[in-house]
Amino acid sequence: MSMQGKVHKFNDDVNTDYIISGRYKFKTLDMRELAKHVMEDLDPEFYSHVNKGDFIVAGKNFGCGSSREQAPLAIINADISAVIAKSFARIFYRNCINTGLPLIECDTDEIDAGDELEINLQEGMLYNKTKGLEIAITPLPPVMLKILSEGGLVEHFKKHGTFNLD
Amino acid sequence: MGKTIAEKILSNKSKRDVKANDIVIADLDFTMGQDGTSGLAIQAFNEMNAIKVFDPKRVAMVIDHSAPSPLEGVSALHHQMRAFASSQGINFYDIGDGVCHQLVPEQGHVVPGDLVIGADSHTCTYGSINVFSTGVGSTDLAAGIISGKLWFKVPETIKFVLNGTLPTGVYSKDLILYLIGDITADGATYMAAEYTGPAIADLSVEARFTISNMAIEMGAKCGLMEADDKTIAWVKQHSARDFEPVKADPDAIYAKVLEYDVSKLEPQVAKPHTVDNVSPISEVAGTPIQQGFIGTCTNGRIEDLRIGAQILKGRKIGQNTRLIVAPSSRQVMLQALREGLIETYVEAGAAVVTPGCGPCVGTHNGVPSDGENVISTANRNFKGRMGNNKAFVYLGSPATVAASVLTGKITDPREFIS
Ligand code: SF4
Repeated sequence: MSMQGKVHKFNDDVNTDYIISGRYKFKTLDMRELAKHVMEDLDPEFYSHVNKGDFIVAGKNFGCGSSREQAPLAIINADISAVIAKSFARIFYRNCINTGLPLIECDTDEIDAGDELEINLQEGMLYNKTKGLEIAITPLPPVMLKILSEGGLVEHFKKHGTFNLD
Repeated sequence: MGKTIAEKILSNKSKRDVKANDIVIADLDFTMGQDGTSGLAIQAFNEMNAIKVFDPKRVAMVIDHSAPSPLEGVSALHHQMRAFASSQGINFYDIGDGVCHQLVPEQGHVVPGDLVIGADSHTCTYGSINVFSTGVGSTDLAAGIISGKLWFKVPETIKFVLNGTLPTGVYSKDLILYLIGDITADGATYMAAEYTGPAIADLSVEARFTISNMAIEMGAKCGLMEADDKTIAWVKQHSARDFEPVKADPDAIYAKVLEYDVSKLEPQVAKPHTVDNVSPISEVAGTPIQQGFIGTCTNGRIEDLRIGAQILKGRKIGQNTRLIVAPSSRQVMLQALREGLIETYVEAGAAVVTPGCGPCVGTHNGVPSDGENVISTANRNFKGRMGNNKAFVYLGSPATVAASVLTGKITDPREFIS
């Protein structure tokens, strides 16, 4: 899984209400529509500035708050290819794996808005092209990589009918 | 080697001898979805080509977040849930039945030693009755109701030892707010919390729910307590299921053990816009308040309604202040009616709304205006939480909310408690 794109940078403790406000989650199940409101309380222009494949980069505890799966789904549907943060809130972490949104835990201090990144998940490599820096990333446990590489838990169940992770 | 409560329950349910950081696939005792998450779960269920849930008795869906429906789109989601529930024969709770986290234990669905998932972050609430219960997303819920199983990373545990006795006018809500302020919003991320000690033993089972409910606000996966005689009596009153409580071993290994003495604790208030932005009430007293809210899965139980009513009885809420009360279930509402509490609230000038989440998550029923301050018994005060990102939400105990709406400013409830 190799990915390339530009960085959109956020701070610590970005909660799921910021990712997608509760006032939209009840309005629709259309994720392309929801995606237009991603991050809007933090940056009203966010959606219009994203190019396909870009990254969201943040500090610690990204995705804290509610269990809404609309959060990773809205990010995926805004054409973000991965979220990179110092740490993630637990339910958000699960939801990303299950919906097929790659997430990367690493030190994000050396990554700034607008930087171009190249990431290879299998090899555990993140390269900041703008700064010419290689950053070590924590590899995902095999169970999670398997679900992610099959495209998420829905695809996993379609294929196997139940959990098949051994 | 000794085990924590979390390690023991996940060992039992995965039929393996597991320890922190292992990844397991474990059997679920109960699964739950609410109206904000069930739509996507049903969609995932269908996409996964499933036909039947694993066991209809072990699945519940609850319409509580946006109930009764304020919008066509919501009505469509509710319709979808009703249709799914009736075709699958699962437990189903409709508008006015109550908040999911009140209903699941109240209706006897969960007992000590269980492993439970809910597609709602505050599913950790049942930890107070010795249940490993945790919030998951809709796709997890779909996988859970199809297979009766889910993958878990066995969490490390932080143990909170709470010594001393809470002073009068200081409640379990103040205690958990204090702990969250101390260890911060991500202080227990990926971990389980275990709460123990004489201050926990003193609390009623209802008051303990408030503490486990907010475990997620410190990032924790679950907020566990051992089952004592009070727990066992409470569970037997609500459930006919057999159960075996799970205790931590004396030599269990903890990531951290934190000790506190609660004897001098003041009422606590979480200030906008994070739950760990906590102050003793003396530092925020006097802040003007336009709206109060008593309710939610944190503090909408009968004891909470009694505490608020005790302060409001025979008094009127402030002239420029509003109070919304949402009992956490139909049973709680009935009990409150019998005890005359609803009468007290209505006479004091409150708006009593449908049992359910009420204005907690901002989808209906009491969205504040720009610049307004709200004091609420809920568990979250994020920007925009109650439906307006230009409003300010403070969190406190039912007593603090009741005292504050009387005076129109944040007020120490001990001024009204003899
Ligand atoms: S009462 Fe509030 S916190 Fe509790 S389940 Fe409902 S919306 Fe969530």
